Amino acid sequence: MKLLNEKPKSLLDVKMHYCPGCGHGIVHRLVAEVMDELNIRERTIFVAPVGCSVFADIYFNCDTIQGPHGRGPAIATGIKRSKPETIVISYQGDGDLASIGMAEIVHAAARNENITVIFINNAIYGMTGGQMAPTTLIGQKSTTTVYGRDPRVNGYPIRVCEILSSLEGTRYAERTTVHNVAGVVKTKNAIKKAIKNQVDGIGFSIVEILSMCPTNWGMTNNPSQATKYIEDQMVRIFPPGVYKDVK
Amino acid sequence: MPKKGKMEVDTERCKGCYLCISVCPVKCIEKSETFSKTGYYPAKYKGDGCIACLSCTKICPDLAIKVYEL
Amino acid sequence: MKMLMKGNEALAEGAIRAGCRFFAGYPITPQNEVPEYMSWRLLEVGGSFIQAESEVAAINMIFGAASTGIRSMTSSSSPGISLKQEGISYCAGADLPFLIANVMRGGPGLGNIAGAQGDYFQATRGGGHGDYRLFVMAPNGVQEMADFPYYCYEVAFKYRVPAMILADGIIGQMMESIEWRTPEVDVKNLKEPDWAIGVNNGREKRRITSYDLREGMLEKMVLERVKRYKEIEEKEVRYEEIMIDDAEIVIVAYGTSARVSHSVVKMAREKGIKAGLFRPITLWPYPKKRLFEIADRVKKFLVVEMSLGQMLEDVKLSLNGKGDVYFYGRPGGSIITVEEVFDYLNKITKKGVRDYETVK
Repeated sequence: MKLLNEKPKSLLDVKMHYCPGCGHGIVHRLVAEVMDELNIRERTIFVAPVGCSVFADIYFNCDTIQGPHGRGPAIATGIKRSKPETIVISYQGDGDLASIGMAEIVHAAARNENITVIFINNAIYGMTGGQMAPTTLIGQKSTTTVYGRDPRVNGYPIRVCEILSSLEGTRYAERTTVHNVAGVVKTKNAIKKAIKNQVDGIGFSIVEILSMCPTNWGMTNNPSQATKYIEDQMVRIFPPGVYKDVK
Repeated sequence: MPKKGKMEVDTERCKGCYLCISVCPVKCIEKSETFSKTGYYPAKYKGDGCIACLSCTKICPDLAIKVYEL
Repeated sequence: MKMLMKGNEALAEGAIRAGCRFFAGYPITPQNEVPEYMSWRLLEVGGSFIQAESEVAAINMIFGAASTGIRSMTSSSSPGISLKQEGISYCAGADLPFLIANVMRGGPGLGNIAGAQGDYFQATRGGGHGDYRLFVMAPNGVQEMADFPYYCYEVAFKYRVPAMILADGIIGQMMESIEWRTPEVDVKNLKEPDWAIGVNNGREKRRITSYDLREGMLEKMVLERVKRYKEIEEKEVRYEEIMIDDAEIVIVAYGTSARVSHSVVKMAREKGIKAGLFRPITLWPYPKKRLFEIADRVKKFLVVEMSLGQMLEDVKLSLNGKGDVYFYGRPGGSIITVEEVFDYLNKITKKGVRDYETVK
């Protein structure tokens, strides 16, 4: 009997705190697998955000730093420019990156910082209990849009890949999903490319990953149903695909 | 000839999200009737039929699944 | 060999001589010469300069850079320092050493671009959230702007605390001749700290973190830090005394106010008033023990500040009721003149009233 899937060395053998069916756990594992496969674990620095994944600094088996909300790209800039031999990954949620951190991500991309950004887009604020995110869909209910997001009051969702790919500094921007196996495979390939771009010195790379949040989407009693929200609704507003891929 | 495999759920890690059940192409995974130490009803291998496609391991958010090739 | 330098530039060059190899900042008057100087000079020594998109981004770049063990620096002026407070708190909470310079201007709000001393509270009481302290040094001129980065980095790295140089717009802009008195640090000889993140080559992973949610653990973390703060309070206090020994009235002032007060003391002595000057150099740790000692003999103190009276409170706390404390100050970036302070000093030498304060 042969075991076909080993646990990645780049993740510590601890139980993760995420809700049942949350996409974070999937993406953490994919990042760790890529770190193993590219053999960069020993020189990776993982920048953890504020949000549900604030504890990611405990899960990853490499040097980590947990910083203020939205500032990951700036922190990564400070690290990368001080120790260019490291591989710096900024892992962020939709509030972190597209709300308070909007200036930092745009400028890190504009500067073509040679870092990798993993952007988890679940269209809601998780850690703080389900408020509207910059990526919340029109009509989507949240604790601060109890009747559904109304564009007259709250404007429209922000499409990060589209914005960043308009910047000359951005080298690679791809949007994927983790709601089914095909999406998970595409996500892993995108993460691998985004990190390899940093290893090869190509420059600023971001993977935006549409991810499930069963708890704050009101699907706690049937978490696997959350995949339908991505398949039926989110991909129409946030189309998966490669938005930029240049050297 | 499809492979013959065996999937195994670590009941201490499984959170009963059942993503694995939703992606399994041969429907060889079911919900357990007994709850685990952490209060979830974990996923459970039906005992037979696994083709070692690894879909469940790819979608599982908690590294709770091991798949063996028989 | 003496050099004629502008305060802000002496600060920048002093930091580089002290080993600074990463600077992130943003333009704001009256400290623009600091990032401008750094932008070309750092490249000459193989360092890294970045003009960040905001003061907030800059302090977070420092958070990242400092975590790698490199000697890093940011600078700003009053409103920009307000923007940095969360980042400073994170750095303090993660025990990261770095240098920050505040070239104070008139406030609050946009204020004006004149030199002022209105950020003393912000520097010594936080100004970010949580229980932490910054090591704060207040230069009184261009020479000390050149000297202090060295001492700041030594204390910062020894005790793992952020260090601040609290100057004002006048000192930042003035030009004086200086000498390089502090040692030039060879960064190649600096040992990488044992907490720095980077390439881990098989060692245990390191975490730079300012949080701990487990019961009682954050308290433990803070109390361990307090032990280092206490050591700083015992060993790193600095001050200057001018004509204290036979003084009957002592002016307590720092920075530009101290320069003005020095002239006031000289004027007073000429007119037969036995005045002296006590100039705190470290604002945290404050030289409270020494002030308290001086009050054994001296019973009248005049605090002079370019503010509504912020260091005034530390003087009162230090004296603990032992002596009369008077105050002369001007907020809003107005320069205090020798004549007006002397006039006030003259008035109060004749007074016997306890604890009388005034603001012009």
